[in-house]
Amino acid sequence: MPRHTLSVLVENKSGVLARVSALFSRRGFNIESLAVGPTENPDLSRMTIVAEAESAPLEQITKQLNKLIEVIKIVELDGEASVERELLLVKVRAPLADRTTVLQTAELFRARVVDVNTDTVTIEATGTPEKLRALLAVLAPLGIKEMAQSGTVALGRGPRSMSGSGSLRPVDQRTA
Amino acid sequence: MSTTASTGRTSTALTSPAPGAGPAPATPTTPTDAAAQATLGVETTARTMAEAASEPATGITGAQSLVRSLEAIGVDVVFGIPGGAILPLYDPLFDSAVRHVLVRHEQGAGHAATGYAQATGRVGVCIATSGPGATNLVTPLADAYMDSVPVVAITGQVNSSLIGTDGFQEADIRGITMPITKHSFLVTSADEIPQRIAEAFHLASTGRPGPVLVDVPKDVLQATTDFSWPPKIDLPGYKPTTRPHGKQVREAAALIAAARQPVLYVGGGVLKAHATDELAELAELTGAPVVTTLMARGAFPDSHPQNLGMPGMHGTVAAVTALQKADLLITLGARFDDRVTGQLSSFAPDAAVIHADIDPAEIGKNRRADVPIVGDAKATIAELVTAVRAEHQAGRTPQLTGWWEQLEDWRTRYPLGYDRPEDGMLSPQYVIERLGAIAGPDTIYTSGVGQHQMWAAQFIKYEKPGTWLNSGGLGTMGYSVPAAMGAKMGCPDTTVWAIDGDGCFQMTNQELATCAIEGIPIKVAVINNGNLGMVRQWQTLFYEGRYSNTHLATHGAKDPSARQVRIPDFVTLAEALGCVGLRCETEADVDAVIEKAMAINDRPVVIDFIVGSDAQVWPMVAAGASNDAIMAARGLRPNFGEGQV
Repeated sequence: MPRHTLSVLVENKSGVLARVSALFSRRGFNIESLAVGPTENPDLSRMTIVAEAESAPLEQITKQLNKLIEVIKIVELDGEASVERELLLVKVRAPLADRTTVLQTAELFRARVVDVNTDTVTIEATGTPEKLRALLAVLAPLGIKEMAQSGTVALGRGPRSMSGSGSLRPVDQRTA
Repeated sequence: MSTTASTGRTSTALTSPAPGAGPAPATPTTPTDAAAQATLGVETTARTMAEAASEPATGITGAQSLVRSLEAIGVDVVFGIPGGAILPLYDPLFDSAVRHVLVRHEQGAGHAATGYAQATGRVGVCIATSGPGATNLVTPLADAYMDSVPVVAITGQVNSSLIGTDGFQEADIRGITMPITKHSFLVTSADEIPQRIAEAFHLASTGRPGPVLVDVPKDVLQATTDFSWPPKIDLPGYKPTTRPHGKQVREAAALIAAARQPVLYVGGGVLKAHATDELAELAELTGAPVVTTLMARGAFPDSHPQNLGMPGMHGTVAAVTALQKADLLITLGARFDDRVTGQLSSFAPDAAVIHADIDPAEIGKNRRADVPIVGDAKATIAELVTAVRAEHQAGRTPQLTGWWEQLEDWRTRYPLGYDRPEDGMLSPQYVIERLGAIAGPDTIYTSGVGQHQMWAAQFIKYEKPGTWLNSGGLGTMGYSVPAAMGAKMGCPDTTVWAIDGDGCFQMTNQELATCAIEGIPIKVAVINNGNLGMVRQWQTLFYEGRYSNTHLATHGAKDPSARQVRIPDFVTLAEALGCVGLRCETEADVDAVIEKAMAINDRPVVIDFIVGSDAQVWPMVAAGASNDAIMAARGLRPNFGEGQV
């Protein structure tokens, strides 16, 4: 099934995340990742939702999301016309013998080392999901002790924004 | 009872309490001038309650602010039960001109609010305390959500400091009701109360209507606040589209003008939008047949020659088949529910679809729309009328003569009908048909869910909007008695009949005590077949007559050798609840008992119609089957003649 990235502006109120996630589960849609955070406007939060769905169910998802009173606007971000990033923290086994390999790998992926001790190194990396998968594939043989990864956050490329003039066209107008 | 001159407001009291129903209730049914003044805190001379309540006030409690908000909105009646967390609200409510009807179970309050809203078109209001009081509202809220009924539920919540600690009578009712409300609020400060209440009423009654819950912690009700009205409504994410898109309307009109076999598929949205006059105009302009769904009975007169009746699982052969053979569905405020479409993939296979709905999410949800129109039904149909007229003026007038010959053939060959039970017992369909004929088209009919509901939808002739109230989407057994109570409160001068089954009646009949004490003289026809009839019908048809747990013994014991006692005896039960109890077991007595009930207006009446257990609802499309497989009666498959259409 095709992967879709929805950027959803919501009111910054308690319970909004519960409403959105409950809507997905109630209507039988799968969320691959979901990230929530503040925006340039303190009254609004942005949710970036990655979901796998065919186009008809996707239209239902966005229409149902739009019905939530606290959802302000939804835009589907096209992979080509947007920037998508995830954050990865990974604790890798790094005894002295392997340490150089670990550090070189981090450098190759333009990742940063954020914690070091005698046994492990913790690496911080940001990038597209593909890049982070590639980094993990290289680190895996060395021994990953623990990792934490954020959901995708994304913004459309170019001068336009979701709120304000010249804004991106919301999904509901395209489909209804 | 009288009019309170000083407020210029007519009392909502209906009748005196039933004689013998005990002392008058503590809550005055007619607010006195003193009470009104005390509540409003301002002089009330020659002003409405709403005007008086709109005056600003300082240093009042959150509870007073909430009551004043209700008054300012113009709420005339609320249904509820007090309890610990909501207690502060009940103190100012005691003095308010808002009439509170003390129900016996919160589910009754919720359905009463729904019945009130369905009958009047205004927002229905119910009140419950925290925890179990609030959870008892879950079923009616889900019911109102499925049927898009404007309801506001106000619930008490435990003190803010207790929230999240599993406090006594704590339930996360906002979380519980998230999937079954249009929206829900947890009020965190007394200063927010007027705004949240105004927003709740705005959300409930605009766009696609629906239930809204406002949860208010006890300390918020007790806090001191200032009141001003009207508050700002701040809902940046809520902008329902009500004006239809002109281009879509013109496209729809072009399809209508070109169609040879069109059908107007009319749903409850037309009633919600008060668009029945516009619908009649469009129907007569296009000459197309009309089918009215279970939620839309009364949206178009049954006596109108273009009305083919109800579509769906138990719809008329003509209505179901017209949809199947149509080349164009003009869908107005309907949502292609599975009970209408049957097997979706074979539903109306050759039809292009115009789908007009206020809710964009309904369009394309179940059936792809060729011409989607998002908008309020009243505006949409009015614009369709104009656009279709323009098509006609341009010389594009549809020829529907052949289509009507076909429709008339189906209608005359397969009319709705029923056989008298072989065992000589009273026919339930006959009872309902007579009730409709005697009570007439001005009466409001409510029903429970099951066989009696389908017969009431089939055999009563609905001529007017808002005269048929039922639980269509959720299918809530127990809806009819409390919904009738709410409808009667909203329309005190109208006769209200609850048509109920013996199963449904046992779920909510305690509200008859409310009706008797509060002076709400509804009439109840219990279609008592001694069984959960619809389930039994399916057991007959699909489970080889293995009647597992459907016998209710309201006819007597299942074992013929046992003592034949009716449990409960609905006549004595009715009397115990302060109603008149009547019983009818033969066809000869039906008219007389209905007329006797019609003549009693000082208290509720219950008629226990003892009817045959084996009567079945026909026509029928089996669940999941194609509508092409409709059976006109048991074992009778209509002959449509191959290549007829």
